[in-house]
Parts: sequence; structure tokens; C-alpha cells
Amino acid sequence: MQVVSGVRDPLVTGGKTVHDVSHDISRHVENPPAKSWYLAMAVSLALLGYGLYCVFMVLWNGIGMWGLNKTVGWAWDITNFVWWVGIGHAGTLISAILLLFRQKWRMSINRAAEAMTIFAVICAATFPLIHMGRLWLGFYWALPLPNTFGSLWANFNSPLLWDVFAISTYFTVSLVFWYIGLIPDFAVIRDRALAQGNQLRATIYNALSFGWEGGAKTWMRYESVALILAGLSTPLVLSVHTIVSFDFATSIIPGWHTTIFPPYFVAGAIFSGFAMVLTLLLITRKVFKLEDYITIYHIELMNIIIIVTGSIVGIAYITELFISWYSGVEYEGYAFFNRVQGPYAWAYWSMMTCNVISPQLFWFKKIRTSLVATFVLSIIVNIGMWFERFVIIVTSIHRDYIPSSWTMFHPTMYDIGEYLFTFGLFFTAFFLFAKFFPVINMAEVKSIVKHNSEKVENKKVAESTHA
Amino acid sequence: METNKNFIVGIFDDEDILLEGVEKVRDKGVKIHEVYTPFPVHGLDEALGYKRSRLPIAAFLFGLTGTSLALTMQIWMLGIDWPMIIGGKNFVSLPPFIPVTFELTVLLAALGMVATFMIVSDLKPYKWPRQFDLRSTDDKHVMAIDLAINTNLSSDDIKRILKEAGASEANDKNFE
Repeated sequence: MQVVSGVRDPLVTGGKTVHDVSHDISRHVENPPAKSWYLAMAVSLALLGYGLYCVFMVLWNGIGMWGLNKTVGWAWDITNFVWWVGIGHAGTLISAILLLFRQKWRMSINRAAEAMTIFAVICAATFPLIHMGRLWLGFYWALPLPNTFGSLWANFNSPLLWDVFAISTYFTVSLVFWYIGLIPDFAVIRDRALAQGNQLRATIYNALSFGWEGGAKTWMRYESVALILAGLSTPLVLSVHTIVSFDFATSIIPGWHTTIFPPYFVAGAIFSGFAMVLTLLLITRKVFKLEDYITIYHIELMNIIIIVTGSIVGIAYITELFISWYSGVEYEGYAFFNRVQGPYAWAYWSMMTCNVISPQLFWFKKIRTSLVATFVLSIIVNIGMWFERFVIIVTSIHRDYIPSSWTMFHPTMYDIGEYLFTFGLFFTAFFLFAKFFPVINMAEVKSIVKHNSEKVENKKVAESTHA
Repeated sequence: METNKNFIVGIFDDEDILLEGVEKVRDKGVKIHEVYTPFPVHGLDEALGYKRSRLPIAAFLFGLTGTSLALTMQIWMLGIDWPMIIGGKNFVSLPPFIPVTFELTVLLAALGMVATFMIVSDLKPYKWPRQFDLRSTDDKHVMAIDLAINTNLSSDDIKRILKEAGASEANDKNFE
């Protein structure tokens, strides 16, 4: 008996050949960038410049420049940190977890998503670094060096120190994984440059490709390395946001002291990360005319992940509310009552609307296959996820145990400026990547052109209808 | 091996023809120097008779180094060199040491394995590889046959065998 499963949508449309893949991706590296690229770069650099001024002022004068006060000692800095780290998670999910599950649709989106991961983690890391105030002394506090080289060591019981190890390992391993994927693609650009007689570009890209030649033996080892890196990155990515959630969950602050934080944070991270991947890829796809590689099918699949993770996040919110009442702990109960009804209720309900209600719209096929709707919702989700972190952090501490110290948090221009700084940094890095690096993993896409392209799928349909 | 200069290069357009071609060429007694492909072709390593990569073992050993290094570091620093009372807990309690231990295991396994891969595959930024055909990174599969180790066959024989095995071209390639 023969079982014929339904034919899946093709992953590469437009009847592309293997050579077309090299050409369509490499030409963006070879040709001068479009006017829109310069414009986008100018905006990012302006943000970066303004942000650098704010960062400089904070480092020069101290973090008193921020809107923190004696009750709210953590606000935008940690909110932004968690937000950026979360965004990074989608890149690793796509490149590692989907590789282990043999999901071929990851192949045309993993490069850009991993680049996003790396830049997002860099942006995230700036916040704790600047929060140290005296950044140049950070080594003594964050690394296991004896204090003043004399006696005490860093405290390995502290989740903040675990974070240092988690984030730096995550950054390093993601960078290595991303770069390993880039090596064969740099060689494509090198060989095209040699054929075009551009010796300078050939030399640069040969160095970047580490003299890659693509022998069968090297490919065999390469695939083994990719598989193991995926296997290592999968628990790593889950551990990173788990450890970030420990920053809160191991404390005794009502609203933070919650055992569901690790899975809830990981789901939220993947949720926001996929939203950011969609925001970036919808633009990249349009500007670079990659519609045949990043198809509506890819976008639909990512939207389905957004429904799944968004619903997990929604259930976590409701569980949290329920448990705060069911536990019978009055401080816990008040923390949540204050979130829903207190002076920050507008933030709580923005979070609920953006994260719980808006992704449910993707149940409609029309909406999850619409580019405009996806783009708008992807931005709404990221706004919602920023509010989630803000709500968790600020509403839990702005009304502490002594009512006389209750207060509100008001960001100053330096809080805002530093957030803008990371946007400038992120987009400057992303636009540079889009110009100088191949934005789609050519080697992987080439390996599926023969079996997952439109032509082959049409043939399969014809055969199955005959049979 | 690197000093050999004269090769015959067979160009294959399709990965499935290549896989059959490799077996046909090897059946005829031709020793293949290496096959260069634009993307990983599954089954090519078996067709060429390569043994499985031992990189997973390297990764495991590096990971084990990371685990023991991390545990030794934390136990020595907080338990032996300068014990500190933190929340009234034991000086050495394993659970809080697990996150850092896990991260260092992953870090060392990943970096160690990739470094091993770079070294055994001779990948370095200042190296120019021998390029048998520039199209091997674009869309052609390039089979290189070293004339110096196939002395029992003439170059015309090899070219004929390559064509019969499905190669679209069979060219001479000499390195100075």
C-alpha cells in the first residue's frame, strides 16, 4: 500500500535554477546599494549618533541621569535588555531547533534571523553594561576575578552572574553558528568576483570564507558541525531566557517570585522574536526582490508560530492572575490587582491587547497570508512585548511594602535616548549586513531547489492526479 | 599530495547524476581526488567511501572539559579559596552552580569543535584554495581526478569514463 501525503507548497517559486540562486543573492553584494539604502542608513546613523550622546552623558554624569528613584531601581534599562534578548531568540529557534526538526522552510530565512539574533544580543548587552555606571570597572564585577585581585570572588549563587555567562555564551555560540553558515556563501561571492575580474573583492571574500573550496570531505564535516551546533544551541537558547527570568523569579518581590517565569519568558521571547523577524524580512524581501525565496508560505508558517507562542503567553498571563488570588498571599494578590487596576493599568491592558488578542487574528487565513496585516501585527506584537516587560518590572516595584515610598516612574530623555541608541545600533548593523553579506543561505537553498521548487511540485501534483 | 599538478576535471550538472557517476567512475578503477560541490550532497560521502567524521567525539571531549573546568572553578573559588556566607547556605551547593556549568560546557564544546573543524579542514583566512573550476561554488559539481595516482589509465580513457558516467564536460587542469 502506498500512502500519498498532500503536496506541500513549494519553498522556492519562480522556476529558479541553482545558478539563479547564486545570482539573485550575490548581486546585492556586488551592485552598489539603492538610494533607499542610503536613506535608511542615514536615519539609523542619526539615531545612533543621538543615542551615543545620551550614553556619553549617562556615563559621564552617572545613572542618576535616568528616571530611576529610590523605589523604582530597575525600569527601562532592564525592560529594554529583556526585550532585546527575547527578540534574539527567534533566530536561534529558526537555525537550530528547526534544523533538528528538519524543517526545510527555515533555509531561506535563517541567515537574516541569525543576524538579527546577534545584533539584538549586542543591543541587549549595552543596558546592563551601562547600568554598571562605571563601565570600565565591569570586569571586576562580572567576571570571576578576585575583587581588587585580593580576596573575594564573584558570587556564583547570583542569577545576575549566571546572566553574564548565559548571554556571553549565547552571543559567542550564535556568532560562530552564523559564521559557519556564511563561509560557503562567501566563497560563492569570491568565485563570482574572480570570474568578473574583481581581484580586490575576491581577496576580501576569500579571507572571509577562510579559503573554502567545498570538497565532499569538508562538506561532510561541515554538516556534522552544523548538526552538533544546532544540538548545543537548542538547550542553550532555552537556558538563556530561563536564566534571564531567574533574575526576577529568584527574588522575593511579589509579582516576580513565580515558578512559571522560565517557560513563560521563553515562549514570550520566541513570540517577540518571530514578530521582529517578520518585520525585518518583509522589508528585506521587498527591497531585495526576494519574493521567490521568502514566499507567502514562509510568512504563513511564521505567523502560525506567532499564534502558538502568543497563546502560550496569554495562558501564562491568566495563570499568573489566577495563582495570585488562589495562593492567598495578600502581597502577591495586591501586586496583580495593582497591575490590572492601578495607575499602570493602561500599560497592562496595552500588553493584553497587543499580545493576547492581536495574534489571535492570525487564525484567519486571509490575515496570516496578508503582507500588510502581518507587518502591522508584527509591530503591534513587539510593542506588546515591550509593555509586558515594563509591566512585570515597574508595576511590581513602584508600590513596595511601605506605602509612604510608593511612587511612579517617569523616563527622562536619557532613558529614551539610550533606547533609541540601540535602535540605531541594531538597524545600522542590519543594513550593513544586508549590503555586504548574502542575506539568504545560498548553499542550503540550492540543496532544495531541485526537490522543493515550483516546477517539481507541479509535476508531483500532475503525477498524483494521474494515479 | 598537494604537489601534484595535473588533473582531469569532470563537470556534473545534477546531484543525482553525480551520485551515480561517482560509483561508475570508481567501479572503473579510477581513484577520485575529491568532488567539489556547491552544496552538501547527501550520500556523496558514502559513495566516495569516506569514513564518518569524528568531530562529535571532539565536541564531547571539549564539552566535558568545560563541565569539569566550570565545576572546579566554582567549588574552588567559593568553597576552598574564600568561603562566603551567602544567605546562610552551604559554601558548596551544587544547584546554583549548574547554570554556569551548563553555559561553559556549551561554550567549550562549540568553540572547541569549530576550532577542530577549521584545523582538520585546513580553513584559514590567508589561504587561497586550489580551484579546479570556478563554477564549483555556483551550480556545478566538480570531480577532480589526479593523473599522478591513476597511472594505469591515460587521460583520454579517464575523460571517456567521465563522459560515460554522466559528466557534461571533462577538462584538463594543470597547476603551475
